Amino acid sequence: MNIDVQKVAMLARIRLTDEEAAELGPQLEQIVGYIDQLSGIGTDNIAPTAHPHDIAMPLRADIVSNGNRREILQQPAPATEAGLYIVPKVIE
Amino acid sequence: MSWEVVIGLEVHVQINTKTKAFCGCSTEFGAEPNTQTCPVCLGMPGQLPVLNSEAVNKTVLTGLAINAQINLESKFDRKNYFYPDLPKGYQISQFAVPLVEHGYLDIPTAEGEKRIGITRIHMEEDAGKSLHEGLDGVSHIDLNRSGIPLMEIVSEPDMRSADEAVAYLKQLHQLVRFLDVSGADMEKGQFRCDANVSVRRRGEPLGTRAELKNLNSFRFIKQAIEYEANRQIELIEDGGTVVQETRLYDSVRGESRSMRSKEEAHDYRYFPEPDLPPLRLSQQQVDAIRDGMPELPGQLRQRFESEYGLSPYDADVLSQTRELAGWYEALVAAHPSDPKRCANWLANELLGRLKEAGRDIEDSPISARQLAGLLDRIEDGTISGKIAKDVLTDMMADGRDADAIIEAKGLKQVSDTGAIDAMIREVFEANPQQLEQYRAGREKLFGFFVGQVMKASKGQANPALVNQRLKALLDG
Repeated sequence: MNIDVQKVAMLARIRLTDEEAAELGPQLEQIVGYIDQLSGIGTDNIAPTAHPHDIAMPLRADIVSNGNRREILQQPAPATEAGLYIVPKVIE
Repeated sequence: MSWEVVIGLEVHVQINTKTKAFCGCSTEFGAEPNTQTCPVCLGMPGQLPVLNSEAVNKTVLTGLAINAQINLESKFDRKNYFYPDLPKGYQISQFAVPLVEHGYLDIPTAEGEKRIGITRIHMEEDAGKSLHEGLDGVSHIDLNRSGIPLMEIVSEPDMRSADEAVAYLKQLHQLVRFLDVSGADMEKGQFRCDANVSVRRRGEPLGTRAELKNLNSFRFIKQAIEYEANRQIELIEDGGTVVQETRLYDSVRGESRSMRSKEEAHDYRYFPEPDLPPLRLSQQQVDAIRDGMPELPGQLRQRFESEYGLSPYDADVLSQTRELAGWYEALVAAHPSDPKRCANWLANELLGRLKEAGRDIEDSPISARQLAGLLDRIEDGTISGKIAKDVLTDMMADGRDADAIIEAKGLKQVSDTGAIDAMIREVFEANPQQLEQYRAGREKLFGFFVGQVMKASKGQANPALVNQRLKALLDG
């Protein structure tokens, strides 16, 4: 198994130095290798488990129950303006 | 060797529920930024989603309307990517087992009806909105849209031209509006389309496809697909190869460009959503939704033709929206003697004027009953069709009934033979030359006399009677 550590880091938005990547590579491989043991179990006649509990999803009625709490909710935001969150420029 | 274009479409349809998919925040359009958010749709830690039952019902209804299979057990997954308008860092979607699979839509094409397969409809949540315009070095984020329920409707690659793609989209657009599962307003982003386009030489296997994003009007969709197909054909004919990529169509410049930044992020690392157990429905629930299915556009069209004797064209125009069809039926109920007259006046006169004013039938200043009142006066000979058009203009200006306007303006049609004869004699006296020519055999002048008499009566003479009396007096 060969894990592209820098790609995984990029997808998770984590910046790693080459030294860190070199250290994490074998650790990740060990973890994935451990989980890989499951591949050895015959599951041909078993339906995939969607959820650990055998319960169905409870549903909610379509009724508005939340009001405007912008002021409180925006308190943790580093920057806002006129009710909008300000973030570094994203360009497509 | 001729080229064939292969198109598959993914359409994101906002479901018109009152609240979001997983929380009780309002979905009302146009609210002040970030006033319709809560810890769930802001992605705060420890919050749990609870699915909106109405969003489920509307997705099932749509599935039934495209003759699809409804999966009584479906599952939700996380689609992971980073973008500032996606506060959780993942979108809750359905990947492995969607709610709806294996449906189809029949669309009109130049060669007749064609069946387009629909692979699946899955439920997911919308992202927020990023604003970039006029901002230097920053973007602004409004999360009111974050968590609004969406249906993603994925077609098979069954379309072979931009026109077919547009026909499919129009059919789908009409359907979701009829079902009242979405407002489907494209300008508000309630109906958004991505297109997968590839080309191949006829009979060969599928080519590599490019995904076109950001197609927000029927016109742009056609342009974008045609541009992309030509780009790929030229590329291959010049010895190049098409690479699988996402391209953004720029409607201003009329061309598409690669969105390479999106490419690497395409690894979405889907995994089952641990916060949501499987969605289970009973067959009884599905059957109850099926029982509430409204009449669909195709069924309405057929009924309008058979029940009211409308031409296929009129039946098609009047079944365009549920509101319009309902208006027409209310009109016929109030003026039952002549459904075709109802269709003509509604489709040609009322709709024409509303369209000029940029309005829909829902905004009509007069009711179906009022228009029926006008048609009654044409039928009983009180006014001619020509005068009725003027009366309609007045009605639409101030909302008065036809009778009030006819009375106030003295528009009652003249059906008194003596009065019409007197007008005809005056016209004869004023036009002796034409009279002489007519009597000498220039029968084409008959129309001229009709026109003169109508003009003398200010349009109020009964046209049938004018014709009849003119014939008698000219030939007499």
